[in-house]
Amino acid sequence: MPSSSDTTQRSATISVLVDNEAGVLARVIGLFSGRGYNIDSLTVAPVDAAGLHSRINVVTSGTAMVIEQIKAQLDRLVPVHRVADLTQDGPHVAREMALVKVIGAGEKRVEALRIADTFRARVVDTTTESFVFELTGATDKLDAFIELMRDLGLAEVSRTGVAALARGKRTIG
Amino acid sequence: MSAESHQSGAEVLLRALKDQGVEVIFGYPGGAVLPIYDALFNQNAIRHILVRQEGGAVHAAEGYARSTGKVGVVLVTSGPGATNAVTGLVDALMDSIPVVCLTGQVPTHLIGNDAFQEADTTGITRPATKHNYLVKRSEDLARVVHEAFYVARSGRPGPVVIDLPKDIVINKAPYTEAAPQHPSYRPQTEPDAAQIARAVALLKQAKRPMIYTGGGVINAGPAAAETLVKFVRASGFPITNTLMGLGAYPASDPQFLGMLGMHGTYEANLAMHGCDVLLAVGARFDDRVTGRLNAFSQGSRKIHIDIDGSSINKNVPVDVPVIADAGRALEALYAEWMAAPGQVDTASLTAWWRQIDAWRAKDSLKFSQEMAPGSLIKPQYAIQRLYEITRSLKKEVFITTEVGQHQMWAAQHFHFEKPNHWMTSGGLGTMGYGLPAAMGVQIAHPDALVVDIAGEASILMNIQEMGTLAQYRLPVKVFILNNQYMGMVRQWQELLHGGRYSETYSAALPDFVKLADAFHAKGLRAENVGQLDSVIHAMLESPTAVIADIAVDPAENCFPMIPSGAAHNEMLLGPEHAASGAGITDEGLVLV
Repeated sequence: MPSSSDTTQRSATISVLVDNEAGVLARVIGLFSGRGYNIDSLTVAPVDAAGLHSRINVVTSGTAMVIEQIKAQLDRLVPVHRVADLTQDGPHVAREMALVKVIGAGEKRVEALRIADTFRARVVDTTTESFVFELTGATDKLDAFIELMRDLGLAEVSRTGVAALARGKRTIG
Repeated sequence: MSAESHQSGAEVLLRALKDQGVEVIFGYPGGAVLPIYDALFNQNAIRHILVRQEGGAVHAAEGYARSTGKVGVVLVTSGPGATNAVTGLVDALMDSIPVVCLTGQVPTHLIGNDAFQEADTTGITRPATKHNYLVKRSEDLARVVHEAFYVARSGRPGPVVIDLPKDIVINKAPYTEAAPQHPSYRPQTEPDAAQIARAVALLKQAKRPMIYTGGGVINAGPAAAETLVKFVRASGFPITNTLMGLGAYPASDPQFLGMLGMHGTYEANLAMHGCDVLLAVGARFDDRVTGRLNAFSQGSRKIHIDIDGSSINKNVPVDVPVIADAGRALEALYAEWMAAPGQVDTASLTAWWRQIDAWRAKDSLKFSQEMAPGSLIKPQYAIQRLYEITRSLKKEVFITTEVGQHQMWAAQHFHFEKPNHWMTSGGLGTMGYGLPAAMGVQIAHPDALVVDIAGEASILMNIQEMGTLAQYRLPVKVFILNNQYMGMVRQWQELLHGGRYSETYSAALPDFVKLADAFHAKGLRAENVGQLDSVIHAMLESPTAVIADIAVDPAENCFPMIPSGAAHNEMLLGPEHAASGAGITDEGLVLV
């Protein structure tokens, strides 16, 4: 039983399988804003060949009681088929992709490229004064890379948000 | 396309409504719904009740739904028709009332163009409904209507909006029957047997048990209330009802402790505070019920039965959660109670009842009425007389209320023996609810006595519905406790804001007797206690709608009261009792 006096915050990666219909994302986002829950990251895309279902992955944080609430509130939305708390249900993989634009010259430019290599980032665009790196990985890896680029001419970042699946044979369906 | 694709969308809509068992629609026409009104004109199966403002239509549908257990249906036009309906939709959402609201919309090709009377109805009503639909393809129309009714009445009931662009209701559409199963929305109604067994084991060990039930038992149908009574009597445990749950357990039964919460009885609240096992059924631990959360029933192990999983562990963590329909869970609980070994600790239970009876002896609802004929009428006395006089009637009596002091006095002093006879705006607290709700009840129960217990401020919020009463000859009785103040706000100003009655005096009130007359109803007024009974009798004897304007003591406050931010054991009792309870804390001041 979650206790109301437990104020420890935890992060939760929640996956939601929904009907791929107009307004469903607004319903989920409205639920979070209307009830004052956090959204740290959110991704959504159709995930079956027929395009009937979408998967929403939302990274949120809160006390155990709040996260239970979030799941229960999501679960009672009419177009929601499944709600899975990947963080709680067992090991899972979570990945996101970032495009990172770095502008610079000389030693800083060389250093940026060297670090990108270490992080296994790919150069997807280049000019003599700039790079766009593509980097995939866990959120903290992306955070670390972006932090390192700050002194090396970091100009712009675009991130996808987290896509996540349970490890092993378990599925959301 | 099926053979019946010669039907227009509007005809298909009405056919689907008919298949869903709809007999009555509360509505108001407008440009975007003209084709639907045209189709209504050509049939007799569904009756349309023309309200005077769309907000009234939704409350009427709520009253209809609550008093029958059926889904209430509303039809309004686009733009302002839909936005006027929003308050009623939120009201139905908060109180879990099944309503389907059909809203007109501009034609699909104009959506998003700021067309005349266009509003983003699905956007506006998304957080105001349990679910909503915008029908963009004719082939979806019938399916969406069937689905909307299923969603409105299943699980925790609630309002559903279907937004209908004008071209969709004009164009030909195919008819489809209701699908046997919804693809995603399938609420759990059967209780988990192991959880029921745990609940019963806990209840059998209880020394100081308490049962607290809410609107969920009413929504589960009259059979659920009957099972509740069987279980409560078999257990010998005390029971309280929430505002929304009144009538689920007979008020005259000695095991009933009255309503609990902010204006609940002393015995109900102290029993909640002091119990060691608490069984909650179809109730949601609302702030009006719990008082200060960190002081709420701290010594108890809690069992919570609710059909809505998100209501469990939301405000109060519980030991035994049971997600199920209240009726099904109560049946399982009763069966397990009778079958499971182990006896209740009768010595402890007797001691507990002794304690409860001591609290009860405080008579926390006590008030004193001067009986000299010229005396001011106490509002509680007016309700008590209304109750006593209507009790002997040979007809069903339904009570609706507006919101405020009169609502709480009605809950305290009008006693309900059966479910579905008490209609009030609990969660949202919507002034103006009572008159249109009474209208909806009277439509469903033409031969019953339907009384809207009102305040002089609330009644003005939907007074236009007097016109509807006149048109359909609905003999609704409006019983106004006229204290010339927005009484509950004034009470808080007295208790919390140094008696500065900022904007709560009901200045420039209409002459309610003349107002009744203008709306083809009967107007009555009682100025003092000597006139009260004769006004009530005249009201009940009138074959038409009545406004009875009862002048009551303007200074009377509603007690007992748990001040905001206080705990159950810090109740304020009325002036009839010696100084009691806690003051209001700074934390309490910020609460509503």
